Amino acid sequence: MLSPAVLLLLGWMIVPLSMTIYFSFLSYNLLMPGMEQFVGFANYEFFLTDPAFFEALANTLLLVGGVLVITIVGGTALALLLDQPMWGQGIVRILVIAPFFVMPTVSALVWKNMFMNPVNGLFAHLAKGVGLEPFDFLSHAPLFSIILIVAWQWLPFATLILLTALQSLDQEQLEASEMDGAKFGSRFVHIVLPHMSRAITVVILIQTIFLLSVFAEILVTTNGGPGYASTNITYLVYAQSLLQFDVGGGSAGGIVAVILANIVAIFLMRMIGKNLEA
Amino acid sequence: MARRVSGRRQLVVTLIAWAIGLAIFFPILWTILTSFKTEAEAIASPPSFLAFEWTLENYAEVNSRSNYPLHFMNSVIISLGSTLLGLLIAIPAAWSMAFVPAKRTKDILMWMLSTKMLPPVGVLIPIYLMFRDFGLLDTRIGLVVVLTLINLPIIVWMLFTYFKEIPGEILEAARMDGASLWDEVVYVLTPMAVPGIASTLLLNVILAWNEAFWTLNLTAAKAAPLTAFIASYSSPEGLFYAKLSAASTLAIAPILILGWFSQKQLVRGLTFGAVK
Amino acid sequence: MGKISLRQVTKTFGDVEVIPALDLDIEDGEFVVFVGPSGCGKSTLLRLIAGLEDVTGGHIEIDGRPATDVPPAKRGLAMVFQSYALYPHMSVRKNISFPLKMAKMDPAEQERRVNAAARTLNLTDYLDRRPGQLSGGQRQRVAIGRAIVREPSAFLFDEPLSNLDAALRVNMRLEISELHQSLKTTMIYVTHDQVEAMTMADKIVVLRAGRIEQVGSPLELYRAPRNLFVAGFIGSPKMNVISGEKAAEHGAHTIGIRPEHLLLAQDGAWSGRVGVAEHLGSDTFLHVHVEGLDPLTVRVQGEAGVSHGDAVRLSPMPEHLHRFDENGLAVR
Ligand SMILES: Nc1ncnc2c1ncn2[C@@H]1O[C@H](COP(=O)(O)OP(=O)(O)OP(=O)(O)O)[C@@H](O)[C@H]1O
Ligand SMILES: [Mg+2]
Repeated sequence: MLSPAVLLLLGWMIVPLSMTIYFSFLSYNLLMPGMEQFVGFANYEFFLTDPAFFEALANTLLLVGGVLVITIVGGTALALLLDQPMWGQGIVRILVIAPFFVMPTVSALVWKNMFMNPVNGLFAHLAKGVGLEPFDFLSHAPLFSIILIVAWQWLPFATLILLTALQSLDQEQLEASEMDGAKFGSRFVHIVLPHMSRAITVVILIQTIFLLSVFAEILVTTNGGPGYASTNITYLVYAQSLLQFDVGGGSAGGIVAVILANIVAIFLMRMIGKNLEA
Repeated sequence: MARRVSGRRQLVVTLIAWAIGLAIFFPILWTILTSFKTEAEAIASPPSFLAFEWTLENYAEVNSRSNYPLHFMNSVIISLGSTLLGLLIAIPAAWSMAFVPAKRTKDILMWMLSTKMLPPVGVLIPIYLMFRDFGLLDTRIGLVVVLTLINLPIIVWMLFTYFKEIPGEILEAARMDGASLWDEVVYVLTPMAVPGIASTLLLNVILAWNEAFWTLNLTAAKAAPLTAFIASYSSPEGLFYAKLSAASTLAIAPILILGWFSQKQLVRGLTFGAVK
Repeated sequence: MGKISLRQVTKTFGDVEVIPALDLDIEDGEFVVFVGPSGCGKSTLLRLIAGLEDVTGGHIEIDGRPATDVPPAKRGLAMVFQSYALYPHMSVRKNISFPLKMAKMDPAEQERRVNAAARTLNLTDYLDRRPGQLSGGQRQRVAIGRAIVREPSAFLFDEPLSNLDAALRVNMRLEISELHQSLKTTMIYVTHDQVEAMTMADKIVVLRAGRIEQVGSPLELYRAPRNLFVAGFIGSPKMNVISGEKAAEHGAHTIGIRPEHLLLAQDGAWSGRVGVAEHLGSDTFLHVHVEGLDPLTVRVQGEAGVSHGDAVRLSPMPEHLHRFDENGLAVR
């Protein structure tokens, strides 16, 4: 009963991946069919020494890191807030979670046009309202703008998971610490944070997996530009293979992306594996 | 950490929380509001918040002038199709792993998970070329297959964690009570598993509906779901805010509603059971 | 109806032998209790009888017919699980009637039996609730109800009361005993609880590491334990075990004397000092430290009139002294 699922996934893993590996050793351009030839590691050499690669790598790290910082810090704060007694908690929760359900192309376009547009965007109106020059977010701070958009999409995820973890915290443990005279600050540092550390790790790892592959947001806002200013590895591979038709180079880039993702995946799998035993 | 607190403190907390909640929700709210404005009002400076002439013409136009209904149907078919196909494959797998675990079960589960970590660009080119050669580019069936495969690990995992929660003693009790394997499945297991299967279905429809790597790369026009259709508004001539908003609202509304029902399952599904 | 025999039954999990070859006869209508330390194989044995586990070797007979290869439902046995194992999505009525439905019994007859069981178990008012809306004791009764409607030839209970609080346990213990009195059906009952074992059983089976150490009526086991293990396992507080010089005086390698058979006496043979004194009201348990021995427990009726630090002399009642040889076997 297991085998269909296993076989399908195995096929999905192995066939395309080995093709990618194979292509990555070929000089292969879709515009020049029939000219394929084996070139060894030349594609890798080319991809890894291309200045665009370093820019894309730096952008990828900045994007992942930036979004992680915003969502973890913001998510923890929001989770603590939402865990307090208040009126209309359920509704606030719904409001906070909503962005996660917005499809990436919609959120990217809405932010791009209706908020960040230097002429008609809401931010431009606000700037003009207080007498400032409107700022062209996507031309002058493209990566930062994308980080903002992606963070908005993922903040709900972090909040929701951290809130779930927070709610599973044993009340009695907190009460005991209160009896021991711990103030809010030290309760947070010594009890709440350690309790949430596992959830925080899970959030970091899972978001990293998804954030390494951010694509639609870049495609519809900046197309990776200006220059390579907002190109990440995923987008670079896409551009190389489907815009420049360089299958060999794109494949080498794809394999590099796989290796990067695997480094993260190893940590994530360890954690989940441990949980499976419990 | 919910505790008994003074009314004053609760009031302050409530105000802060509502302010932040509305701020986070604001872009969605703004999109919905803009969808009811005329194009002129949508870009008016200063923008009006509620005091504008409400109109439904954008919805009418999105529906009539573009292929909106086609893309909406594509989204429905692709997300539901890939989810149902995924469930069909995953239920027996999760079932056997939860109830007849073998030594390898854990390894297989972990391995399935690892396939989810494969970045899509790693296999973009071969899939694209295969799709081209088999004539699957810009077809619904092609996307259904790809989305089924990329979400299969999540489906198997979620189902596994739900099935795992059905206590073995219940099945033994049923066996003692004279239930045949068939009775066991019909009267005991299925009713107990249905909530889990439903949650899995829900979360997976959401994920598939919003998937925007493969849908953008493998479709052009015919089979494009809403993700790809909306992306076409990124061209400069797409700067019709009101229509963009109407199309966006229509695209996200069903999933927002489904999503609100699935908050809990979301946590479990997306953390692979690591946080419950 | 309800005679169960095990012949040379063995069970191994992987390469761990949990039950080495075991023989056991359970008579019709008997209330048999399995006791033994955790992990000794009580549940496994019960599940072998139920058919939920397959025997590795040997034969099981129920009512004189071979049952080794008969599936659980066809053995005519009913089981009550520790976790109750109620079907959460069915009402109490549906839970109880489920085995009847599986047997394709006539609905009117199903109805009659469910109502009768509900009356016996005081569940009539709860028939339309779901298990989630019941208390622990009520759930337990539903589980028992599900077992009795089938009119099985024997009931199997695996620690059915261990999830209940102390007061409820006493109640349910009585209810199960009464049920046994009225139904006169064979019952096999696994427990950790001394009191349950002593008060409910017609026959106690003491297990250790899958082996039967002794089988007998509660009083037989109490009066004449076959070996040190059974002596220590049956009776509460535990029997005092003494070896060395003082045992040699009585002509044994080891002697055992129950706390209730040690008397405080002016001219007692052993002198010691009182450590902790536990006052239960009806009884007092004294922990007496005697030179060269582990602390001895002494049970005194009512108030003892001695307290911590007092010097006392103890006298074992000679007719209740148990003698064991160097292998721990009782010497008679
Ligand atoms: N399915 C199984 N696979 C492997 N070993 C098992 C299995 N079931 C039980 N065992 C082992 O068999 C031994 C006996 O288990 P069993 O559950 O019968 O003990 P028990 O006497 O009921 O203990 P307790 O009083 O704690 O319920 C234990 O060592 C246990 O680890
Ligand atoms: Mg047991």
